[in-house]
Amino acid sequence: MTSTATMAGAPPRKKVGSLERQNRWALRGSYAALSVFVVIFLVPPFYMIMTSLKSSAEISAQQGNPWIARDPTLENFAYLVSNDQFQRYFFNSVWVTALVVILSMTIAILAAFSLSRMGFKGSQVISTGVFLTYLVPPSLLFIPLFQIVGSLGLINNTWVLVLLFPTLAVPFCTWIMIGYFSSIPRELDEAALIDGASYPQILLKIFIPVALPGIIAATIFAFTVGWGAFLYPLAYLYSADQAVLTVGIVRELIRGDVFAWGTIMAACVMGAAPPIIIYTFLMDYYVAGLTAGATKG
Amino acid sequence: MSQVSIRKIVKSYEGDVQAVKGIDLEIEDHEFVVLVGPSGCGKSTTLRMIAGLEEITSGEIWIGGEVVNDVPPRDRDIAMVFQNYALYPHMSVFENMAFGLKLRKFSKDEIKRRVDEAATMLDIKMLLDRKPKALSGGQRQRVAMGRAIVRNPKVFLFDEPLSNLDAKLRVQMRTEIKKVHQLVPTTTVYVTHDQVEAMTLADRVVVMNHGVIEQVGAPQELYHNPQTRFVAGFIGSPAMNFLPCRLEEAAGALRIRLSDKLAFPVPENRTARYRPHVGKSSLVLGLRPEHITETKRHPEPGQHDFDMMIDVVEPMGMETLVYFTIQGVEASGRVNPNAGAVAMQSMTLRADLNNMHLIDDTTGKVL
Repeated sequence: MTSTATMAGAPPRKKVGSLERQNRWALRGSYAALSVFVVIFLVPPFYMIMTSLKSSAEISAQQGNPWIARDPTLENFAYLVSNDQFQRYFFNSVWVTALVVILSMTIAILAAFSLSRMGFKGSQVISTGVFLTYLVPPSLLFIPLFQIVGSLGLINNTWVLVLLFPTLAVPFCTWIMIGYFSSIPRELDEAALIDGASYPQILLKIFIPVALPGIIAATIFAFTVGWGAFLYPLAYLYSADQAVLTVGIVRELIRGDVFAWGTIMAACVMGAAPPIIIYTFLMDYYVAGLTAGATKG
Repeated sequence: MSQVSIRKIVKSYEGDVQAVKGIDLEIEDHEFVVLVGPSGCGKSTTLRMIAGLEEITSGEIWIGGEVVNDVPPRDRDIAMVFQNYALYPHMSVFENMAFGLKLRKFSKDEIKRRVDEAATMLDIKMLLDRKPKALSGGQRQRVAMGRAIVRNPKVFLFDEPLSNLDAKLRVQMRTEIKKVHQLVPTTTVYVTHDQVEAMTLADRVVVMNHGVIEQVGAPQELYHNPQTRFVAGFIGSPAMNFLPCRLEEAAGALRIRLSDKLAFPVPENRTARYRPHVGKSSLVLGLRPEHITETKRHPEPGQHDFDMMIDVVEPMGMETLVYFTIQGVEASGRVNPNAGAVAMQSMTLRADLNNMHLIDDTTGKVL
């Protein structure tokens, strides 16, 4: 007893205590900083949701606490769901995004596989080049692209987005996939080659399952590009039946200087819902590593 | 029939670096051949060329009587076990072992029969449903071997399969590999940098260095009759002692002189062989530590006692290693633990010259 007491005597204990105290302060600091971020990032969506639950009368009355819906109502949502135009925008966004995701991921996976594994001459230069194209801002490209799209006769045609969005999504997705594929040990494809697999089989049966977290990460990115883009649809689509959600909300729900705030915010909530739902479901996959156990860990 | 023959194969990389410099090797059907050498000696490259994972710059590789230079790996009818196991992480043990058979369109029953058979042989039957990440290193290595066995290929290739295991498991798996080869006597090419692994497993050992074959032979042959200084030093642990020496002739007999005070008579049966080298300046005496022992009874012909100041003593349990210095060169001997070796004290040691090697250091050849 005595010896233990001496062992855990004053000096070492003090040291441990100060370490713990440092940790505690670091933790408090992190919480403080994170709280600021949470407030900054969550206030606009909160306000959006609150406004979407207010009636037009309540919004225009400008009385009471603007942060709380006094008389919550779903009339804005009901209006949108039954509104033909909103349905069309939503539907357009869905099919455009789905096609963009499929197209971008197909190109990105094939490109990344060949760039990271086939080892042909110049593959290094091309990989770097792919990433560099991502660094060119889309806002610089839309004027030259306008000419190309015009000459293809695709102005004011929703298909133009299926053609253009992959140019934004593919470079970054390819880059993510090159990273993931490169982390797969080369022995795995060599083992598969010896086992009798062809390159397409190696891609389908080994690489895609093993790199699933990377594929999901890239898919989320491609989805975000397709769903949330504003500039290109604004520039290339002008008639209501061709518009997608992002542009449609602004164009159709703001008439002249009349802002239907409740409806606009409800449309925003409905537009934001799909990405939020997808992120929530796929986050676990996104984080999970699958390669553990492939080689000596 | 599944002989492997390697004819004048060369592997050079960009920038004229030659990893393999035109080697020839004939591997018989059912033979277990081990390629051994220090890292960068070209042994893995050679194995990968046999596997078809590496292009051959020039020369020919034959497997089972066919040139396979332009045959892709999957059509060479080989199976390979990798150092880091290379198991497919998303597949169960069963699926890992069945993968190659599925791709080759074997029937489900046949796949199950073969996997079961191999799993029983390797004692991994209870692991068939697990994923690789739930296995220990030794179990993963067994699965990797199982994946090779189920294919029943012409040739097994092993690329340092035991290097990632801890010492105890390595010895255990070594025995396991030998057992498997006795049960399934497939032609095997095995690469390792561990000479003990090479000696214990091989029918024949191929010692490689700097992209060339130094010597090919049965383990005992390499051990007792190395042809070069490199092989003499590489095979055996602790390594052979190399002591610079002079060869003197007096009254028809030859003497190996190590220092002014220390000289050993050359055994008579070697006199004729060594006589042409009398007076050469770059000779080295090669003597394994086990041929420097404590003194026992009367010396037999060719054995000579000498006194030496012992620098370091390393008790190993069944034997004790003693280190001493002759003319600034460190040498070691293996003595009985009860021989009374004490550091910094003089001890009488016995050199068995019947097992000596005389090496010309300019050519590196054993004379």
